[in-house]
Amino acid sequence: MSTAQTTTVAPPAGRPSGGRPVGRRPALRKDGRYAGVFLAPSLVGLALFTLFPTAMALGISLFDWPVFGERKFLGIENYTHLLNDPVFRRVVLNTTLFVVLYVPLNVVVSLGLAVWLGPKIRGRQAFRVLFFIPVMTPMVANVMVWRLLFQPGGLIDGGMQSWFGVNAPNFLGSSNWAMPAVVAMSVWQGFGYNFLVFSAALDQVPQSQLESAQIDGAGPLQRFRYVTWPMITPSIFFATTMTLITSFQVFAQPFILTQGGPGVATQTIVMYVYNQGWQFLTMGLASAAGWVLFVIIMGITAIQFFGQKRWVHYDV
Amino acid sequence: MTSDANSPVAKVRNGVSHILLIAVAIVFMGPLVYAVATSLKPADEVFTPTPELFGSEIRWQNYADAFTFAPFGRYFLNSLFVAVAGTLVVVVASSLSAYAFARLRFRGREQLFVLFLGTLMVPQEVLIVPMYWLMQSLGWVDSYWALILPWAFTAFGTFLLRQFFLTVPVELEEAARVDGCGPFRSFLRIMLPLARPAIAVLTVFTFISFWGSFLWPLIIVNSVADKGTVPLGLAQFIGQQGTQWNLMMAASVLSMLPTILLVVLLQKHLVRGLLVTGLGGR
Repeated sequence: MSTAQTTTVAPPAGRPSGGRPVGRRPALRKDGRYAGVFLAPSLVGLALFTLFPTAMALGISLFDWPVFGERKFLGIENYTHLLNDPVFRRVVLNTTLFVVLYVPLNVVVSLGLAVWLGPKIRGRQAFRVLFFIPVMTPMVANVMVWRLLFQPGGLIDGGMQSWFGVNAPNFLGSSNWAMPAVVAMSVWQGFGYNFLVFSAALDQVPQSQLESAQIDGAGPLQRFRYVTWPMITPSIFFATTMTLITSFQVFAQPFILTQGGPGVATQTIVMYVYNQGWQFLTMGLASAAGWVLFVIIMGITAIQFFGQKRWVHYDV
Repeated sequence: MTSDANSPVAKVRNGVSHILLIAVAIVFMGPLVYAVATSLKPADEVFTPTPELFGSEIRWQNYADAFTFAPFGRYFLNSLFVAVAGTLVVVVASSLSAYAFARLRFRGREQLFVLFLGTLMVPQEVLIVPMYWLMQSLGWVDSYWALILPWAFTAFGTFLLRQFFLTVPVELEEAARVDGCGPFRSFLRIMLPLARPAIAVLTVFTFISFWGSFLWPLIIVNSVADKGTVPLGLAQFIGQQGTQWNLMMAASVLSMLPTILLVVLLQKHLVRGLLVTGLGGR
């Protein structure tokens, strides 16, 4: 699964949304019947594979719904079960911890590197491509590589032994280190996406404005704060909310690095959905957990939608 | 270029900055270099007391051995088939609907477009349970249909191509319309050829999403040896006793190669593709 799977509707790189005003767009006549044909594949596909399953997910979550066998209506019992399930609570806590560690790290690393790699650096295109590679390579392959790195006797452990003479902690087997290890791997894999978003946004900042600020005596920090920053806030806001959403959906990294362990120390909400659904075959509970995730994501989307009005300077 | 950028101090500062950046890039590349190095080592030299880049021999044979150790030939063919078919469906369906939203006038167009965008908010994780049930009902569990179709209809492609179509001057089509060219011919003859760059971006990013997808294949494929995709095949390694790390790294590196190649080829257009990463095959 790609972590870059997105669930938001905002445009990237600081472009205000929308195309031309609708009224002024000339249109062909007698289009109604053609429109039906053009839209049919997408409409049928989205109805069957997105709209219908979304409603069904809510329906299933109200049932005791084993993969095979009798189904029984439960009302909200699955949800109350989740609230009282110590594993689910732990899983929500783990996911939140992952998000709280991962999102700021990702944004700081990607923004920092994007600013550092300003327009005057030679070979910046090569850096962009390089950092973007793990975003696109199969996640499972990326995680496999890091499993080997974190292994006792792997590169990190071996390096520490030969340079410092001490063993590295058993990252994936320690309840203290497992989550930081998952976060570190995820930042390495994912920051290239936001790096590209920020890098594109920084390219839009006119050099002339930076230079005239410099002539007026503004130092590098002041130029960043008063010229660059207001122009890139739409991108920062966009990238942060997108990263928030995708990081709540984290699955493959803990699934392959730690299998959620040790114990349930790195089990996430999506792993819980997977386990309930396809290990314990209790689809109702899995669906309810999925809906809890959906509500969290809707909340963030709402923050993005309303927050950008107050937080983002589109008018520069 | 301002005056102080040419001063000796600034030159030294830029030089140091550049060297540091290259150091960052090398550390960043470390895991991938280590993966390639491991993929070329003999099995008993993967874990050595001191980290070594090279083993006692460069063992290209590992790449062939990975294919006999596990049915990776089959996995690669499955992944290729699923990704190509899925991408085809995504590109056809989204370019058609994007044209309707960009160019055709019909009742409820704006509302329908909002509904399209609204579907983007639903995370895959909410859909997997009912989707599995739907596949059961259709008899598609453990089939190529199930690997391809459920995630081949998303509004990302429609949104991306609509934005591009809106930038094409309407006059081009109006001239054709005067000559009696209907919407279908106008779409095929005028719009699609002009939209080639946008369609290329959509194609590549969709292919890559399908190629790397993991959660859904994990759920829907029962006979991994038969219908398994590459990520599933890689994940099969984990549970095994005495993991063959060198072979596993060989298979991992091979699975990365096509995507790295596509990223390099498409490097000028990556920014446009940001919008659609992860749009299919999740």
